Amino acid sequence: MNSKSYLETKLPLLFGVLFVIGLVAPFAVYPTFLMKILCYALFACAFNLLLGFAGLLSFGHAAFLGTAGYVCGMMVRDVGVTPEVGILAGTVAAGLLGWLFGTLAIRRTGIYFAMITLALAQMVFFLALQIKETGGEDGLQGVPRGHLFGVVDLSDNLAMYYLVFAIFCVGFFVIYRTIHSPFGQILKAIRENEPRAVSLGYDVNKFKLIAFVISAALAGTAGATKTLVFQLASLSDVHWHASGEVVLMTLLGGLGTILGPIVGAATIVSLQTQLADSVGSWVTVIMGVIFVICVLSFRRGIVGELQVLIKRSGVN
Amino acid sequence: MEIFGIPTALLGSQLLVGLINGSFYAILSLGLAIIFGLLNIINFCHGAQYMMGAFVAWIALTRFGINYWVALIGAPLIVGVVGVLIERLMLRRLYKLDHLYGLLLTFGLALIIEGIFRDQFGISGESYEVPEALTGGVNLGFMFLPIYRGWVIVASLIVCFGTWYMIERTKLGAYLRAGTENSQMVQALGINVPLLITFTYGYGVALAAFAGVLAAPIFQVNPLMGSNLIIVVFAVVVIGGMGSIMGSILTGLGLGLVEGMTKVFYPEASSVVVFVIMVIVLLVRPAGLFGKS
Repeated sequence: MNSKSYLETKLPLLFGVLFVIGLVAPFAVYPTFLMKILCYALFACAFNLLLGFAGLLSFGHAAFLGTAGYVCGMMVRDVGVTPEVGILAGTVAAGLLGWLFGTLAIRRTGIYFAMITLALAQMVFFLALQIKETGGEDGLQGVPRGHLFGVVDLSDNLAMYYLVFAIFCVGFFVIYRTIHSPFGQILKAIRENEPRAVSLGYDVNKFKLIAFVISAALAGTAGATKTLVFQLASLSDVHWHASGEVVLMTLLGGLGTILGPIVGAATIVSLQTQLADSVGSWVTVIMGVIFVICVLSFRRGIVGELQVLIKRSGVN
Repeated sequence: MEIFGIPTALLGSQLLVGLINGSFYAILSLGLAIIFGLLNIINFCHGAQYMMGAFVAWIALTRFGINYWVALIGAPLIVGVVGVLIERLMLRRLYKLDHLYGLLLTFGLALIIEGIFRDQFGISGESYEVPEALTGGVNLGFMFLPIYRGWVIVASLIVCFGTWYMIERTKLGAYLRAGTENSQMVQALGINVPLLITFTYGYGVALAAFAGVLAAPIFQVNPLMGSNLIIVVFAVVVIGGMGSIMGSILTGLGLGLVEGMTKVFYPEASSVVVFVIMVIVLLVRPAGLFGKS
């Protein structure tokens, strides 16, 4: 009781510190790199909402990241809308796709759920590869960043960074509120004991579906934003590797913790950036090794382990 | 000769391709099903182990001059032993946890295995010669049948039905089925369940490697040959349900045929047709065609 409340009272302070760090970070670190981390952090937070708090392992989240990227890219480049409309369109598209995936996948549970989402995402991958509009293996190239609300020029990296940071904060707030609402409590109840939640009169499938749609939509927000940052909607974002990466980020950072996915995303993106130059194709092997280590002996993740440490020291 | 405006030779050859793919789906989904039955784990590195089977055969031939027939038995044994090690050293620690951790661990292993092979052999792919005894073909009148392709189908069917016989009709199979129902009870009756689990995982992995050796002369031997295949096999497993051995075999073969026919009539859809069928099955019969619950 004591230790828990200690952690919770410190949480607003921690958020405040992180927020300030986020504000000054682009003056210390290369902004594009930070934007990549923020996009993946939002992606991982959205994924964690589903796995960490509702207990649903989706192995197809790349479909939402990638589809939103394509939709945003097409809207901005070919239709000529402003960036905020593009991101909104990507989010809505991913949410709709999530509703479709969710409706099908929640008909089965556990391992089947994971396999179904993976298979559906693979279908999206093949479609993206074949349809002419998505540019096949080249992806959508030359997406302009445009002017936010028609006013702020986003080709300036600093302006773009603060937009990404704002989007991340809003997305994070939505997830935080979802987790700490009565709705989030019911999700946890479903995760812990589904038959009991059913017997209490909750329409379990409806709650799962809503959680799935929120998670998919926010993954879409991340994908659409990423497209604007890199001015490219790439086929690799729809590939199952991206689905695996987000699982790894969440697991490494700490499954079911609020800040874990952010830490995980920052770690993995930094590692990939560092390793890409030095070890080349061994990156996949190293990612696999981290995966295996996390599953075998580091299941709490970085933030999870830290929480345990703080709790212990709080008690003593 | 034409049927529905399609030349029978084309129809026949696509049927053949469909049957061959179907045989691979059948062997792989069979392996997944028996592993899942006893271990409650979905073996995500099944595709990587299939690829390892093909590569072991290719390395054996090109570096050591070991022929196809030896590799057909030897490669599954080698890869099976690797599987046994994986089970003993890693999977064993996860049985008390949520089943999803098994999926995540084997996913990580798949990344490691594929990454190492990609670093060693590149992604361009290597070709494996058809063994001399199986070269050439037969003219069936309506189509030309390459002997090797006929052999792949026959060999797959023998292995699939042999496995079915072993599980459904022998004492060892009875232990396995009992263990699938209630492993604690079987343990209490004095059967060495941990050994049974290790053997089952090794056998499932060996099946994947066997399919890999069969595939080597047909497809390019490529580090990524298993990773896309395994996702289709997952869809096959969802469609069939993992409750029945015969169900896995029939679903695999049937979906291969459907895929082959789609290539004839509507080629654009051939890469997604299995997934579309999965969606329909989920809507109509969520437990799968042969599923129980």
